Parts: sequence; structure tokens; C-alpha cells
Amino acid sequence: MSAFDIIGPPMIGPSSSHTAGAARIGLLARYLLGAVPESAVIGLHGSFAATGTGHATDRALAGGLLGFSPDDERIATALDLAAAGGMEILFSSIDLGDSVHPNSTRLELSGACSRHLELVASSVGGGSIETLSIDGFSVRLCGQLDTLVLWHEDRPGFLSHVTAIFAAVEANIATIRTARRHRAAEALTAVELDAPVLPEISGLLSRMSSILHQACIPPLP
Amino acid sequence: MSLHFTKAAELLELCERRGESISEVTLQREIHESQLAREIILRRMKEYFVIMRDSVKRGLSIESLSPSGLSGGDARKLAAYAAGEAPLLGAQFARTMAYGFAVLETNAAFGRIVATPTAGSAGVVPASLLSLQDSHALDDDGAARALFTAAGIGHIIGANACFSGAQGGCQAEVGSASSMAAAAIVEATGGSPRQAVDAAAFALMNTLGLVCDPVGGYVEVPCVSRNGMFAVHSFLAATMAVSGARCVIPFDDVVIAMHDIGRRMPRALKETSEAGLATTPSGLRFRPAPPRSTPAT
Repeated sequence: MSAFDIIGPPMIGPSSSHTAGAARIGLLARYLLGAVPESAVIGLHGSFAATGTGHATDRALAGGLLGFSPDDERIATALDLAAAGGMEILFSSIDLGDSVHPNSTRLELSGACSRHLELVASSVGGGSIETLSIDGFSVRLCGQLDTLVLWHEDRPGFLSHVTAIFAAVEANIATIRTARRHRAAEALTAVELDAPVLPEISGLLSRMSSILHQACIPPLP
Repeated sequence: MSLHFTKAAELLELCERRGESISEVTLQREIHESQLAREIILRRMKEYFVIMRDSVKRGLSIESLSPSGLSGGDARKLAAYAAGEAPLLGAQFARTMAYGFAVLETNAAFGRIVATPTAGSAGVVPASLLSLQDSHALDDDGAARALFTAAGIGHIIGANACFSGAQGGCQAEVGSASSMAAAAIVEATGGSPRQAVDAAAFALMNTLGLVCDPVGGYVEVPCVSRNGMFAVHSFLAATMAVSGARCVIPFDDVVIAMHDIGRRMPRALKETSEAGLATTPSGLRFRPAPPRSTPAT
């Protein structure tokens, strides 16, 4: 944990978990989608559902989807800005189960180029967030480091190809996680790095036929 | 030498072996983890302190009520009272409270604050440091250093318990903030790392059990007044520590207790507004509307 996770982030009120964390989740979802969201179906779980309105959780999630940082004063009017920009957002209460953190949400996004994304994430306190799943793949990301997310075919040797590319450009991998739903089907790999993802890396990865899609995520503000 | 610590006992040992303060050890750890230059890290913390001071200034000028109607204008009243004739316990007492109120009033008005460690508890540490600037020779560089003392204590709480009201109640938010502030006050005024950790223990010990039952789900009642009152609480804890009052339950154990109490606390009293102040007859009048979808259906 960085000192700036404890003192910080600078943010627009009123709640670090319900506002800043929610804005970060929205922002992460926008990066993962890799496109401007055109519509969003957002389920609010637990305390997000119970006290989300008073904490501006809805406005913060919308602000994140619009690309706003947690300290962007436009969050206060994000729902109006989303509506004006043609972004359709539908909120509802959902129950993700007792084992899921009380400040959690499920976002289903659609964007340009028929991209879709389903993200389940929790705001775990002080503005820090954690993903529970991305498109149904169980992957835990915190958004603190530069991150590369790869949607790919589950094939032997996939990871050695990917890590060879990082080794070739001397990019240090902080963490790497692969998740799959079935054997030899689609899988998802998330790589956290100590430095921004170099264009060479994205270029080399996009030439791998087993990679279906990739998303680059900078450290969340 | 490793700068790893998750317990106050480890932090104190590091301080002793290196002959350094909590703020210095925490700063060194940040340099190591981030690989950024010392000046860059210190500058960033100083920028955060400036945002904190701006949030106090803005809050002191608020005259109107917040959008919910639950707060607004009280920081100003307290500051005026502090400036009046013979305020109770002296001007600094009411002024410290005013600063804590001010940050949370800014927060309720969708203004910019620094979550320290959370938004609902963002007034305690800034109020304590700004109050010290009024009474002691503490410049902005010193305040930024004091924020590293606070971060060191917060790091231990984060590693062993949590900061979220939804998980641990208000003790995890304002309790954490107050123990961070108490330690910062001690180090900023020349106290030892041991005294700082004891101050953190006294502050947290006396916030155990504090529930999170915000009226209407808004971070206003009781949050605004609580931030003012617990800024003063931090000075009480610091006073106990530097006086040498005996700390029977050490900080690490108080954190364990906070975590334990947080887990046992009913969900209705952890930021769901399903009990306590939120469901009193007067509290229910501020019950929130369900989230609004766009475009309006």
C-alpha cells in the first residue's frame, strides 16, 4: 500500500468508497471496454444500492464512464452530461450474494465496434477498488499499476509467447494472472507492469493470432 | 535494510535501528516502493496538503445548506465563536473543530477534498495539522512530513483491519483518521515514535464501537460534526501520550480489536442507513430516492 493510498486520492465528495471508488470503477470499465460506452446497465449491490444516491455513486460511476478522474468537478453533473452525450445508463439494485463486498457493482457496457464488457468490481475503502470478474473471468485487479488485459484463446505456450515479448523489450512484469471458464476455450490474462505499456509490446501482441482483443490501462488517478 | 512493516512493533523497531522518525521511515518506504525521487514524493504530499487547506478555506466560507439540506454553515459559526470573547477551552479548541467541520461541509457540497483515509473522515487530519500551524512553528514542509507519520499509522491499520465504514463502521473511518492525526501531532511537535504510536492507540481505543449510521445515506449527519469533534479527540490522545500516560493495550492490539468489533457489528450499522440515527423519526425524513437512470424513463 502506498502512502498515497492512505493520504489520498484528491477527490470530489462526498464518499471515498461510494464516490471516488465508484468513479474509478467506471473509469476502469471504460478502459477495459476500449471504446466510449454507448450504453450501460449498472447493478448496485449492498451499500452501493442502499446509500448510493446520497453518496452520488450513480453520478460517480457515470463520471468514470465519461472518462472523468475522481477529482473532476464535472462528476456532480455527470448524469446530465451522460444523457446529453447520448450515453444511456440504467441503474438497478442487485444481490451478488453475502460473500461479496457491500460496495460492489456489476456494469454491462456496450460501445463502438460492437464491443461489450461485463465488469464486477468492489470499492474496498478509501477509494481503493478491486475487480472480481471481467467478462466472467475471475481476475483481481486494483488499477494501481499499468495493466495490460488480453482476451485470448486458451492454447499451450501462450504465456511463454507473451512473456518472451516482455522480456525482449525488458519490461518487468509485476504480476500476471490467467483465468479461463472452460478448457481450451477463451481465456483472459492480466499483466501488471512497473512501467507504461510500450507501443512495441501492443504491436507485437496484436500480431499473435491467439489474441482476440487487448486493453491497456494506465494507473487509475 | 528492509523497510517492510505491517505492525507498529515492526515500525518502532525500524525507527529505533535507523534512528529515524515514523515519517522518515514511511517516506523511505514510499521511495523504495515507487522508485520515485524523494523531492517528487514530498512535493506531491505538499500538494495534497494545499488541497486540504483549500478545502478548509472553502468550507469556512460556506453559508448555504448542502443539496440534501443536512449540513452547511456550521464551520463558519464555529470559527466566529472561536474568534469571540472567552470561548470555552480557548480559541484553538473551537477553531480546530471549525476546520474539521469545514472539510466535511466542502465534501457535502461536491467540493474537492483529500480522502484521509476516506472522504467521510477527511477532516480530522487536516484540521489537526492546520490547528498546529496556528499554534506551533509548523510550515507546509513540516505538515507534509507529518502526513507521512499519518500514512505510516494508516498503513498498519490498512494491513490489519480496514478503512471502510461499510466493512468496519465509523471506527474504521474516523477512528483510523483520529489515530493517524494523533501520531502526526506527536511527531510534528517533537515527540518520539513510541509516543506517536501510543497516541494512535489512545485515539483508536476510544473510538472503538463507533457505528456508521448516516442519515439519509448522506456523508453529513453525524459525519460533519464527528470530524470536528474527533480532530479535538486527536489532540486529547496526543496529550495523553506525551504526558507519559500508560498505554496498556498497544496499538497493534487495538487494531485487532477494531477489526474484530467491525466484523461483529451488525450490517444495519455499517453504512447501510438501515438503523441508528438514519431510522429515527427525524432521520427518516431524509431517506434517499432510488438511483436515477438516464435518460429519465
